Amino acid sequence: MKKFIVRRLLLGVVILFFVSIIIYSIERSLPTSYVEGKARAMSQKQGAKPYDELVADLNASYGLDKPVLPGYFSWLGKAIRGQFGESWVWHQPVTEKFGSVIWYSFALGLISFLLEIFIAIPLGIISATKQYSRTDYAITVVALVGISLPSFFFATILKWIFSIHLGWFDLYGIVSRMHEQMGSLGQLLDIGKHLVLPAATLTIVSIGSLMRYTRTSMLEVMNADYIRTARAKGLSEKKVIYHHAFRNSLIPIVTILGNSLPNLFAGAMITETLFQIPGIGYTGYQCLVQGDIPFTMFYMVFLAFLTLMGTFIADILYAVVDPRVRVN
Amino acid sequence: MALFGKKNANYISGKETRKISRENRRITGEIEKKRNRKNIPEQEYITAMKNPDNVVEFDNVHTYFFTDIGTVKAVDGVSFEVPQGKTVGIVGESGCGKSVTSLSLMQLVQRPQGQTVEGEIRFNTGKTAYNIAATPTSVMQKLRGNEMSMIFQEPMTSLNPVFRIGEQVDEIIALHNPDLSKQDVKQRTIEMMKVVGIANSEGVYRMYPHELSGGMRQRICIAIGLACGPRLIIADEPTTALDVTIQAQILDLMSKLKDQINSSIMLITHDLGVIAEMADYVVVMYAGRVVEKGTAREIFKTPSHPYTIGLMRSKPVVGKQVEKLYSIPGKVPNPVNMPDYCYFKDRCEMSCDKCSGHYPGVVKLSETHEVSCYRYEERKEAGWLAAEHSGEAGKTVDNMGKTEKIVENNGKEGTSNE
Repeated sequence: MKKFIVRRLLLGVVILFFVSIIIYSIERSLPTSYVEGKARAMSQKQGAKPYDELVADLNASYGLDKPVLPGYFSWLGKAIRGQFGESWVWHQPVTEKFGSVIWYSFALGLISFLLEIFIAIPLGIISATKQYSRTDYAITVVALVGISLPSFFFATILKWIFSIHLGWFDLYGIVSRMHEQMGSLGQLLDIGKHLVLPAATLTIVSIGSLMRYTRTSMLEVMNADYIRTARAKGLSEKKVIYHHAFRNSLIPIVTILGNSLPNLFAGAMITETLFQIPGIGYTGYQCLVQGDIPFTMFYMVFLAFLTLMGTFIADILYAVVDPRVRVN
Repeated sequence: MALFGKKNANYISGKETRKISRENRRITGEIEKKRNRKNIPEQEYITAMKNPDNVVEFDNVHTYFFTDIGTVKAVDGVSFEVPQGKTVGIVGESGCGKSVTSLSLMQLVQRPQGQTVEGEIRFNTGKTAYNIAATPTSVMQKLRGNEMSMIFQEPMTSLNPVFRIGEQVDEIIALHNPDLSKQDVKQRTIEMMKVVGIANSEGVYRMYPHELSGGMRQRICIAIGLACGPRLIIADEPTTALDVTIQAQILDLMSKLKDQINSSIMLITHDLGVIAEMADYVVVMYAGRVVEKGTAREIFKTPSHPYTIGLMRSKPVVGKQVEKLYSIPGKVPNPVNMPDYCYFKDRCEMSCDKCSGHYPGVVKLSETHEVSCYRYEERKEAGWLAAEHSGEAGKTVDNMGKTEKIVENNGKEGTSNE
């Protein structure tokens, strides 16, 4: 097991290296450039230097005059020491900005993750135990609708119903206008209220696939010989399903959940942008459009790191739930 | 039109399928509704045994599977008894309904598609007799594992891979003996493991199924099956997945334990050697029906149904040299839309003109020996039976000269175990 972990970690480092090279080269080749935008703005001012000269100056001061590879290595050299530089858009250190926005994303991710688990898994089990019944068809249709329709569609529908027609929630933002005057509990509730619609959107969109996974894996297990053995012992149907079958169907489900665990920190770019939640997704999106290389680099490499962590956690969890894997 | 003129039996259109499945849903829905009623009155499933010495009486049992391509009559009017303390062997090719018969008895047939639609399965617990076909699931759960238990064909997959061995044996003991303390349950589990011949029972108690060999797992399955001292043990091909040396051990173990707790065994197998070794009575099934039944001695000495004779011939015999081992031509017919004549007719080497008539009735060859075949129907006159069964291999049917020798051989094997 130790050997396995060490090998996976070393492999992870190599993967991160190449992933970050690719991300850096793509960023440098993007048509939007922060420097050009800034130079254009500065050249509009009276008595300013001509545009071309400004671009050259700015490029030099932002370190963009180097070719891609040397530029990458100078970024890497600092990044290894934990210096991710200062965000060009936000004028503050990248890690500081990250620390201030990540918790909104985490809260949103955690709420929808828990809702997803507590709704999708029971639905999947019900759907599997009553295969081909009306309940099964109803659940399946709802799940497929959730899978098929994109999050921006749902977000818009929810806004239209609950914000515009019913007026229960604000259309945008994480706090309401009177936020500053509220007590600390009131402020918390206020933020919670603003997270309802985005969390609902994320949950509806993600329930479908987890529910289908649960159903499939449950159906597979329900036909296994050991389930028949459990019934032949005289166990009640409840015990057979929730003890014997569910424990086995957990094996693939846990792999999926373990994979998505680090995504709690990844932010939901589309949903956050639609609701203008100042989480990491929305912030990352703003930086990406404006060509903020330090912040985007940090965010993207962080995402790559989370993905690697996801597969790593999934592998470990696999050994936890399945005793057959534990030996080697 | 010529292209579509001839209807292919294996092809049905989507329209037909939909019609069939709608009809199936109606039928199974009705049965399920009846079964899932709350508080089913006792008189609906409490019954009386025809013979109180029997543990199980199958009486004209029909278990059907309602599939989208038609109704599969997996068990179609099966009748036989399992006497207390005896072993009944059920033989037949794959797909003959042997397993479904036993699953019907346990009510483990895959519902809602599979349903026992007709007939009675009477099960005797000693105090009461249940009609299993009508018993509600809650009552069945008290019988399963406790009064009747089943040992399955596949030891490799019939234990739950994520639970420890001890836990899985504990479970059934604790379930049917709720007064026992945890310590006592564990004690009993370890005792059971020792009984089935597991040496390191304390160690195995904490192991997972994947850490055991096939034979060990089958022993655990037997321990689970016998843990509550059931009156009936159903062994569904218990040795098929095991190698020959382990087979003998497992069979020995089963017959020894059976005598210890005085229970009956329903032994399902297609291995005639196993039957000869273990069984007191033999039931030969073909395409969901019993074609012949009798004591092991009768079946091995005077196999009467052509199918039984074929089965006997297709078994290798020690000391007999043959170019090529005999096998019955053809295969078990498609269970959907069975014809109304002897199901074995198309494969039978001894069929005659009469065989094209209705499905043959049951002919009694002796008190215990019954066969469904037209070849014996005309011989109902008094006296021939005695003549036939008095001599050791005294078969006088003309076209059976070829099988004579094998019958004799089997006879010897049969006697040595009686």
